[in-house]
Amino acid sequence: MELHRDDEGARLGMWIFIFTEILLFGGLFLVYAVMRNRYSDEFHQAAHQLNAFIGTLNTVVLLVSSATVAMSITAVQKGEKRKGVLFLLITLICAGIFLFNKYLEWGHKIYIGLYPGSPLMIGLKHGYILFFSLYFFMTGLHLLHLVVGSIILTIVLVKVQFHMIHEGKYVLLENGGLYWHLVDMIWIFLFPLFYLIT
Amino acid sequence: MTNPETHITDYRVYGWVLFSLLVLTTLTITATWIDLSAFTVLIALVIASTKSFIVLRYFMHLKFESRIFTVFVVMVLSIYTLVIILTFFDYLER
Repeated sequence: MELHRDDEGARLGMWIFIFTEILLFGGLFLVYAVMRNRYSDEFHQAAHQLNAFIGTLNTVVLLVSSATVAMSITAVQKGEKRKGVLFLLITLICAGIFLFNKYLEWGHKIYIGLYPGSPLMIGLKHGYILFFSLYFFMTGLHLLHLVVGSIILTIVLVKVQFHMIHEGKYVLLENGGLYWHLVDMIWIFLFPLFYLIT
Repeated sequence: MTNPETHITDYRVYGWVLFSLLVLTTLTITATWIDLSAFTVLIALVIASTKSFIVLRYFMHLKFESRIFTVFVVMVLSIYTLVIILTFFDYLER
């Protein structure tokens, strides 16, 4: 007797979870909006500390990774297992590049003493502290989601490789992809609001 | 369980979607070089929203899903927009 499967229901479940994530980050963006309205000059000045080039690179990397994870779904749907695994691998490499860039960015900031609670930070004007707090918290939370997404996609990659995900059953890959696109979309908003307000 | 989602998107479609997203990214960056203060933020947000729309419709497959999925997404985004508007009604009056 075949086990009941509801792929559309499974996708709906992931969408519902994505809605909660939208509200989570949405709340943070709202805090950003209010604080930026209140301390617009200081936000504008503080943003100079961020490297727009790295930000742009990260944006491009994530957009590419979204394309490749979508392509991996097409590959699996067509039964092209090797391509599916390859596209997922590229997606994970992109995630790795993003992670490395973040390490450079945050590493530099921590090196120059610019991190939440640091003596330097505490001495700054209120608007600056708010900007950097929001920056570290929001990009940090995003990074956490990126890491979780990477773990999920790694598991999916292994399952595709061992034929546990295939053209007859691939909803796990679709859901992993949906989560990944969420990670990408959050960054699509984070990038201009933090890196391009100079 | 019948799977209505038997539509397989061609690789090239995703290629074009990526291309347009990269074009919009370039547009965002060049637009922020022109300083129009409040208007610049609006342009950045409009472009970001356009990119999100494209990601939702093509990468996240909303175009090919049952319509109810799109209805749900629109509902959630509307609720969120409402929250922003209400918050600013309060905040701006303080």
